[in-house]
Amino acid sequence: MKKRILIADDEPNIVMSLQFLMEFEGYEVRTAADGETALQILGDFRPDLVLLDVMMPKRNGYEICQVVRETPALAGIKVVMLTAKGRDIDAEKGLALGADSYVTKPFATKELVATVKALLGDA
Amino acid sequence: MKRTHVRNERLVALALFGLLLFNYPLLQMFNAPTLVLGIPKLYLYLFVAWAVVISGAALILQVSGADDGTLRGGQGGARRPPPPR
Amino acid sequence: MLRDWVVISVACAYLGLLFAIAYYADRRADRGRSLIANPYIYSLSLAVYATAWTFYGSVGRAVSTGIGFLPIYIGPTIMCLLWWILLRKIILISKVHRITSLADFIASRYGKSALVAGLVTVIAVIGILPYISLQLKAISTAFTIVHSHDVEVVGAGHGGPFLSDTALYAALILAAFTIMFGTRHLDASERHEGMVAAIAFESLVKLVAFLAVGGFVTWGMFDGFRDVFTRARELPGVQALFVIGGTGDGQTGVLASLYSATFFAMLAIMFLPRQCQVAVVENVDVNHVKTAIWLFPLYMLVINLFVPAIAFGGMVHFAGTPVDPDTYVLTLPLSRGQNGLGLLVFIGGLSAATGMVIVETIALSTMVCNDLAMPLLLRWPALRLNERKNLTGLLLGIRRGAILVMLLLGYLYFRIAGEAYALVSIGLISFAAVAQFAPACLGGLFWKGGTRAGALAGLSAGFLVWLYTLLVPAFAKSGWVPMSIVEAGPFGIEALRPLQLFGLTGLDQITHGMIWSMLANVGAYVAFSLSTTQSAVEHSQATLFVDVFKHSAAGTGSLFWRGGVSVQELRALLSRFLGADKADDVLEGYARDRRLRSAWEVEADANLIQFAETKLAGAIGGASAHAMVASVVKEAPLTMDEVMSILDEASQIMKYSRELEKTSRELTSAYADLSSANEQLKELDRMKDDFVSHVSHELRTPLTSIRSFSEILHDHPQLDAATRTKYLSVVIQEAERLTRLINQVLDLSKIEAGRVDWRIAVVSPREVVEHAVAATSQLFAEKAATLEVDVPEEVPPILADRDRLVQVVINLLSNAAKFCADPGGRVSISLRAEPGVVRVDVRDNGMGIAAKDQELIFEKFRQGGDTLTTKPRGTGLGLPISREIIQHFGGRLWVESEPGRGATFSFVIPLRRQAEVGGGDVPDDRAAALGAPGTEAGATGTEPR
Repeated sequence: MKKRILIADDEPNIVMSLQFLMEFEGYEVRTAADGETALQILGDFRPDLVLLDVMMPKRNGYEICQVVRETPALAGIKVVMLTAKGRDIDAEKGLALGADSYVTKPFATKELVATVKALLGDA
Repeated sequence: MKRTHVRNERLVALALFGLLLFNYPLLQMFNAPTLVLGIPKLYLYLFVAWAVVISGAALILQVSGADDGTLRGGQGGARRPPPPR
Repeated sequence: MLRDWVVISVACAYLGLLFAIAYYADRRADRGRSLIANPYIYSLSLAVYATAWTFYGSVGRAVSTGIGFLPIYIGPTIMCLLWWILLRKIILISKVHRITSLADFIASRYGKSALVAGLVTVIAVIGILPYISLQLKAISTAFTIVHSHDVEVVGAGHGGPFLSDTALYAALILAAFTIMFGTRHLDASERHEGMVAAIAFESLVKLVAFLAVGGFVTWGMFDGFRDVFTRARELPGVQALFVIGGTGDGQTGVLASLYSATFFAMLAIMFLPRQCQVAVVENVDVNHVKTAIWLFPLYMLVINLFVPAIAFGGMVHFAGTPVDPDTYVLTLPLSRGQNGLGLLVFIGGLSAATGMVIVETIALSTMVCNDLAMPLLLRWPALRLNERKNLTGLLLGIRRGAILVMLLLGYLYFRIAGEAYALVSIGLISFAAVAQFAPACLGGLFWKGGTRAGALAGLSAGFLVWLYTLLVPAFAKSGWVPMSIVEAGPFGIEALRPLQLFGLTGLDQITHGMIWSMLANVGAYVAFSLSTTQSAVEHSQATLFVDVFKHSAAGTGSLFWRGGVSVQELRALLSRFLGADKADDVLEGYARDRRLRSAWEVEADANLIQFAETKLAGAIGGASAHAMVASVVKEAPLTMDEVMSILDEASQIMKYSRELEKTSRELTSAYADLSSANEQLKELDRMKDDFVSHVSHELRTPLTSIRSFSEILHDHPQLDAATRTKYLSVVIQEAERLTRLINQVLDLSKIEAGRVDWRIAVVSPREVVEHAVAATSQLFAEKAATLEVDVPEEVPPILADRDRLVQVVINLLSNAAKFCADPGGRVSISLRAEPGVVRVDVRDNGMGIAAKDQELIFEKFRQGGDTLTTKPRGTGLGLPISREIIQHFGGRLWVESEPGRGATFSFVIPLRRQAEVGGGDVPDDRAAALGAPGTEAGATGTEPR
């Protein structure tokens, strides 16, 4: 049973890179380019983990993270937040909202993959 | 000042008692023209009741004896001002 | 049987004895060994309550109403029980405030009101006149009986000529005696130790006399009480007197009479001027009240013990003869030849009467002098009393006059209305008069809300009703007022008949009068008190009176004095009324109290002024003292120097305060400036943070892709060629994007900091536009959007930096390409020469820009819509940079757009003058020297938008 991952980011190139990395590890991947689509796919696809960009149109990453945490059905989904903002305070905010991990761009691909695998218990 | 309050209360009570004694219901009881000890009943009652009230007052006042130590308006003639307090 | 001269000489001897006792007591007091400072003397002096009324009238009353003589003694007995609360409070207040009369007391409570004092005095004098006349009647009747032994004298002196009227002589003699007795000197505290001693002695005399005659009648003429009553019972109608209601008057009526008499007597024992004098003013030690509470009622009981026996004995003895029962005490012993006893009884009666007259008239004369005459005289500027050196003589003169006048008036009343009533009835009329003081006085003691207006209203109302219901009928009965008023009402109005007011019938005159007068009095007092407010003085007095037990240690009174006065002035004032020696004594005492060595060290402060006022009040009454002190304590007029120095000081202070104000204002505005500067800095800081954050974000985004794909390409050599190419091109793309961004950021920074190397030269707008169009053609092709180019052949050249201008047009075109409709995008660019400027418009058919965003888009990193929710399609720096550039050339860049109808970006650049067309690069400073507008380095544009 393949683990499922949702990639939510509005930069197509970044999505592309992430998709390649995840699929290479054997995960099933869906992508969303904005917040609302992300929520929709969360509900339908029920991924085990979501790579969540903070700066997204329509609903930003923080909001989506909150929704995931507050919806009983989605509560078990792992959340990894990605941002280019790079300030410490943003990391804290993310973690405070319940993200399981927070990654600043640009990231090291190996590290990102390792984080995902650890969170999904595939280390 | 506790003593004064008790004394006051007793005096007021005695006054009320007095009003009762000299009031219509009790007076009516003795309102007969018979002679008791040679004296008309009503008169005897009135004087006796009167004496009772007076003795009551005397008792109350002698019992709660001590002076209040309040204002003395110039003892021995009003020529000297009252002592400083 | 007794001859004139015997009686008269015995009487004179007795009066002389009284005088001697008084004199002796005064001397003892002067030496500090008071005769009267013990509770027994005090209680005996209170027995001045028992006057000729008691002596003669009680027997008369017993004969007509049975037990109806008792209420006026039982009532006070019960009242005495409440004395520990009531009388003690009154005594305390009077001592503290140096109150020396009833009028003073009531007036003081209601704000030291002279009006109240005067009214009380008038009511007291008029009300007591019947009482005085009663004494005169008794004395003259007794005298007549004793020296003529005509027991059937009924009434005395009526109709007879004045000069042979015993009563008149009695009045005159009593006046003289009283004057000698009580007006020898003025005492600040109005105490008369001699008088008290004499009165106490008199009480003993009348008690002894009465007991003697009582004993004589009971055991001398009969065989004890049983004998008296048994024999009396056999007389017709007498048995009815043994009970209440037996005489056939309605029992309610009889009971009502009894109760009203009791009620009045309870008030009279408090408010008769003579009772006030002996009980309050003459009181030496408030603890004496404890003994008086029971000893005085005991006296009354003992003196009344034989009244029934004498009454019924008299009825038996004089059955069938018209002897006035009021005279039984005298006529019974005389009828048996007991002349000695008769004389004793006469002296006893004389004692009772003189006691009353002396004390009552002294008390009244004090009130008349202090509370009626002096206030009036002081207000009469013509007399200039304030300036008289010594007023003692005047004061004494007024009192003496008052005593004489009152006795004469008493005599007059006796002539006018004296025989109409029995003694007791006359007395009760006076009781009813002084009862009018009760609401104002008792209310004032316990109700802080009682106001002066209320007191005046109550007193007036009660007095008027008293006059009408009690005095008018008395005069009518004696014929001095038409009887028709009593029978049919004034002007025939039945409801206003004095004895049946508003139809209240079935009551005796006294009860009737009591009900209406009390109703009017209490009603008016309460109503007016509730509807008026107190002045400050009233209020403070009210508090001091009602709360005297709390304030007793202080005894301060109201410290209402401001202003200045010297000790000398106060001393002068005091000596005017008290005499120089007394004034010095008083001041020494004051100094001693304050532990000063002598009166000269005393400070003339508010305390001293207050002290002087209370001392004066003892001599001339509270209201007058207040007025006198007020006239002395005044604001001293300032000299010119003092005025100038005060003004100087004031202006100094004003100057300082103005400066302070100014400094404070400056500080406030400086603070405001600093605050706003701080705010601006914070804002800039925030903006800087935002900018940095934005730039950071914009830089990291392409970097992310670059890094990711680079790593992927590196770590996954197995990728196929197509994927590798794809990924590599992303890397290149993003690198380009990154470069662009970095360049723009640096660009913008340089422009804003003014560090740009502008290369201003003559530029052909047409060439610029064509170049830009060529550069962006790819974008349009990719988007499949059309670009219309509308450029005229000849366009005047402008002064600008060509590359930068191209940058601007490219920016506008690429924006248009990005935001035009998709599909079906159409963009047009037009170039025009307009007066003084060259204008370029770039129009697209995209979504348009909402009005609120039209300025926003020229801000850094802003794009149409919120950056957080709409994907940014550019760096967000293009427009800001373009605007900076255009503004640098002296032009303007703006947008016109409506949502849904595309946007048109336009800019204008001013033309250079023909003369300056010369080609070649012109460095910025030279261009500035040539006067090209807006070419100063670092110009950031001046148009507000």
